[in-house]
Amino acid sequence: MASSVNSGFLAWLRRDLLLAYRRRGEAASPLVFFVMVSTLIPLGLTPESARLAEVAAGMIWVMALLATLLSVDGLFASDYQDGSLEQLLITPQLLPMPLLGKITAHWLTTGLPLTLVSPLLGLMLSLPASGYLPMICSLALGTACLSLTGAVGAALTVSLRKGGLLLSLLVMPLYMPVIIFGTATVTYAIDGLNWLPPLAILGALFAASVALCPLAAAGGLRITSAN
Amino acid sequence: MSWQWFHRLGSPRWFYHNSARWLAWLCPIAAAVVLGGLVWGLAIAPEDAKQGNSFRIIYLHVPASFLALAGYYIMAIAGAVGLIWKMKLSYMVMKSAAPIGAALTFIALFSGAIWGKPTWGTYWVWDARITSMLILLFLYLGVMALQYAYHSIDAASKAGAILGLVGTVNIPIIYKSVDWWFTLHQPATIKFTSAPSMHPDMFQPLLVMIVGFYLFYAVALILHTRSEILRRERKTSWVRELLNEKNQDVADKKVGKS
Repeated sequence: MASSVNSGFLAWLRRDLLLAYRRRGEAASPLVFFVMVSTLIPLGLTPESARLAEVAAGMIWVMALLATLLSVDGLFASDYQDGSLEQLLITPQLLPMPLLGKITAHWLTTGLPLTLVSPLLGLMLSLPASGYLPMICSLALGTACLSLTGAVGAALTVSLRKGGLLLSLLVMPLYMPVIIFGTATVTYAIDGLNWLPPLAILGALFAASVALCPLAAAGGLRITSAN
Repeated sequence: MSWQWFHRLGSPRWFYHNSARWLAWLCPIAAAVVLGGLVWGLAIAPEDAKQGNSFRIIYLHVPASFLALAGYYIMAIAGAVGLIWKMKLSYMVMKSAAPIGAALTFIALFSGAIWGKPTWGTYWVWDARITSMLILLFLYLGVMALQYAYHSIDAASKAGAILGLVGTVNIPIIYKSVDWWFTLHQPATIKFTSAPSMHPDMFQPLLVMIVGFYLFYAVALILHTRSEILRRERKTSWVRELLNEKNQDVADKKVGKS
C-alpha cells in the first residue's frame, strides 16, 4: 500500500514535470509576467530608489501572488480536456497523493523559478540588502502555500468555461494570510528585527496546506468530474 | 424512531408546508423585537457624551456584523450537512444564506463607513476589523459566484459546500493574521472611542437589537429557502398542485368580483 501511495505521487510528479519541459514556452510565461510587471512599478510610481525601496517587499510579493494565480488556472485544465483527469479519478490510488505530485510539479515550475528570480527584481526595485535572504526563504515557502491553496480553487472551477476569473475570486481571500506573513518576514529583516517568527508562521501555514489542500482538491475534482 | 424528525426535515415539501406555520409566529415577533429595539435605541437611549447622536448607528452596525459572521458559519454548516447526509434541503438553505450574509456584511461595512466619518473624520481606514469584514464579503461573493457559474444544481451545491468549508477553516486564520498585520501597521492618528464598558442604558437596547436581528435573519432565511424550494422543485407534482390551487383561488376571486 505504501509503495502504491508513493508511486502515485512520484509518477504524477514526473509526468507533469515532463509535460512542463515539453511546453517550455508556456511554463515560462508566469516568470516573464513577474519580471514585466516589475518594470511597470517604477514607471507608475517613481524611479527614486528611496521610495521604491519602501514598497519593494510588498510589490514583489503581490506580483508573485498574481503570477501564481495566473498559472494555477492551468493546473488541471489540460488534463480535464484530454481526459487524463478522468483516468486519474478512476485509478485505485488514493486521489490526494497524485494531486500532491501535480501540485509539487506546479510549484517546481512556477514558485521555485519565481523565488530564484526574485533577487534580480529586488535589485531593480532597490530592496535593502538585509531583505534578500528573508525574501527568498519566505517566497519559497509562501509560493508553495499559494500553489496548494490555488489547487483547491482550480479543482472547483476546472469544468467551467470561464473558470480563470472565477478562480481568482475564490482563492484571493484565502491568500491574504500568506501575503501578510510573507511581506512581514521581509520588512522585519529590513527594520532589523528578528524575521524568523513570521517565517515560522508561514511554515505552519505550509504544513496545514500540505495536509488539507490535496484532500479538498480531491473532493472538488470528484464533484466536477461528476458534472 | 428518534431520528424521524431529522429525516422529515430533509424533505423540502415538509419544510415548505410547515415553515408557513412557523413564519406566522416568527414574522410578528421579529418585527416587534426589531421595532422595539429601534425605538428604544434611536429615541429613548441617552446620547453619547463624546459622539452625540451619531453613536446610535451602533444599533444597526453591531447586530449586522454579528449576523454577517454567524451567517457564514450557518451557510458552511448547512453545506456540510448536505455533503454528509446528502440532504437536498440543506443545500437550498446554504444557497439562500449566501446572499443574505453578503447583504448583512455590506450593511455592516456601509454603516461603519457612515459612522466613521463623524467619529474618525474618514469613511475608510485599514483597521483590522474592517479589513476582516471586507475579506468576509469577498468570501461570500466567491461562494455566490461559484454557485451561479454551474448549470447543474447538484454540482453547484456541492462545489459551494466545499468552498464554504475551506472558508470556515480559513476564517480564524485570516482574522488572526489581519489582527497581527494591524498591530504591525497601526495608523497613529486614529483613536478608538468605543468604551470597553457601555452604560447599561445604551447596552440593553443593543442586546434587544441583536436578538431582533437573529429573528430577522431566521425570517429572511426561511423566506429565501421557500422560494428556492419552489424554484428547484417546480417540476414535482406537489408544487404543480400548489400552483393550480393558487391559480384556482385567484380565478375564483375574479369570478366573485365580477
